[in-house]
Amino acid sequence: MANKISDETIEYVGILAKLELSGEEKEKAKSDMEKMLDYIDTLNELDTEGIEPMSHVFPVNNVFREDVVRNTDGSKDALANAPLAKDQGFKVPKTIG
Amino acid sequence: MAKQYETVIGLEVHVELATKTKIFCGCSTRFGGAPNTHTCPVCTGMPGSLPVLNKQVVEYAMAIGLAANCEITRICKFDRKNYFYPDNPQNYQISQLYLPIARNGYVEIGTGKTKKRVRIHEMHMEEDAGKLVHDEWDDTSIVDFNRSGVPLVEIVSEPDMRSAEEVLAYLEKLRMIIQYLGASDCKLQEGSMRADINLSVREAGSDKLGTRTEMKNLNSFKAIARAIEGERQRQIEILESGKEVIQETRRWDDNKEYSYAMRSKEDAQDYRYFPEPDLVPVVIDDAWIEKIKAEQPEFQDAKISRYREEFGLPEYDAQIITSSIHLAKLFERAAALCSKPKKVSNWLMVETLRLLKEHGMEPEEIRFSPENLAKLVELAETGTINSSVAKGVFEKMFAADMDPEAYVKEHGLKTVNDEGELNAVLEKVIADNPQAAADYRGGKEKALGALVGQTMKAMKGKADPGRVNQRLREMLS
Repeated sequence: MANKISDETIEYVGILAKLELSGEEKEKAKSDMEKMLDYIDTLNELDTEGIEPMSHVFPVNNVFREDVVRNTDGSKDALANAPLAKDQGFKVPKTIG
Repeated sequence: MAKQYETVIGLEVHVELATKTKIFCGCSTRFGGAPNTHTCPVCTGMPGSLPVLNKQVVEYAMAIGLAANCEITRICKFDRKNYFYPDNPQNYQISQLYLPIARNGYVEIGTGKTKKRVRIHEMHMEEDAGKLVHDEWDDTSIVDFNRSGVPLVEIVSEPDMRSAEEVLAYLEKLRMIIQYLGASDCKLQEGSMRADINLSVREAGSDKLGTRTEMKNLNSFKAIARAIEGERQRQIEILESGKEVIQETRRWDDNKEYSYAMRSKEDAQDYRYFPEPDLVPVVIDDAWIEKIKAEQPEFQDAKISRYREEFGLPEYDAQIITSSIHLAKLFERAAALCSKPKKVSNWLMVETLRLLKEHGMEPEEIRFSPENLAKLVELAETGTINSSVAKGVFEKMFAADMDPEAYVKEHGLKTVNDEGELNAVLEKVIADNPQAAADYRGGKEKALGALVGQTMKAMKGKADPGRVNQRLREMLS
């Protein structure tokens, strides 16, 4: 593989993704990411000079919603699968925010 | 000689828009509902849910952009800002990085006699996060997503401000523009307007920017002023001791009057923005911009000039009345109804402001209607009621809006203009107070006051004090 992912990069990506990876998992993730970058290199072989980056496939613009309240109390559904709930809220580990 | 330092400040201001619904779903934005009652699959980040943009958000953002002299981006898009935090159910915030809705604007601020432009770098639309309430009891946090998806406009200035005074003037200016547009109520205390401050110091005369810090958690004008002074001092001390300022985000603690660093390595600020695939671009044509322009109201500066020229109000009065769109509207309506703008202005500037202050109320909470204020002005100006009665009636009207004409009639407060009735009372007062009458005749001017007072009392305040004074002088001469 042409691209090499360093240990630091894997460590950093892990932090960003809030994942704790074992040594074995890190090696596997490294190899996966290297393959992805190699594939991007293949795409980069194409001449894209003067072509606007595209963010959407369909030529559709301006899809709007009018400012009218349509939803009613959604708390029951929202909390239905909450692992922990208290006082009609999601209970999570202590977070300063 | 000690080195002189200059403070360089730029602001990121978040404003919660006054839409009825959230930016990407039909949930209510109303403040204060029971936790998670204003939620749906979209604003709680459920898999498979899709956002649909609220058109009113785009129109408010355009209106604010145009009012701040910005260029409107003709093709604008949304991007994903990725980060993990419990108040962010999608694990990303939909925001705008590459093509924000408005760019390259400015607002004019006036501190003292000097006018100054603060340039606007850009404005973008984004969604608010949920709210975390810390549960002291079991050391957990409770997440409420009612605020998740409430529309925000973030206004990013250039580092053009040099003092706390300029920062406050800039914020006040934005607040006025946005309140006049009706796009937000802009209350710092309630979080509908939030300011993050980017501050650096440099030696006076230098044109190179120093390393800046970003300060968050500022929820009053006073806290902002204190935080700016505190951070300025902190950075100067660092530089004076030969060290370097570290670029970081700091959180201001207004009780301790100290800021502390917020982010650590575990909190790396790498948001990996990429175009939001679930939302299509917003294309804005000339017609749309013209429509929004045509709907722009007369802003504060224009109103102040007009009040001075058209109504002859002093600048200070015009400034105070226009500092609340509600007060300005009340003034204009009442002035048009009774054609006595100066008198209307006086009632607002003196009695209204006094009562607002006394009750700790905002001008927005005024209950009386312009129609009733106009009627009261008429009653007072035509001499139908005297000034102290008018004050009393106004206080009643302030407490609970009512028709002053009907009130005056019902309570028999009309000034008595019947000369016969007045003369009878005056004769009785003179007869009952021979000493005061004699004193006045003997040259004691002050004694007349007591007689006027007695007469007003006998007539239950319904006489015209000027007329009473005049008649007494005639009768005692």
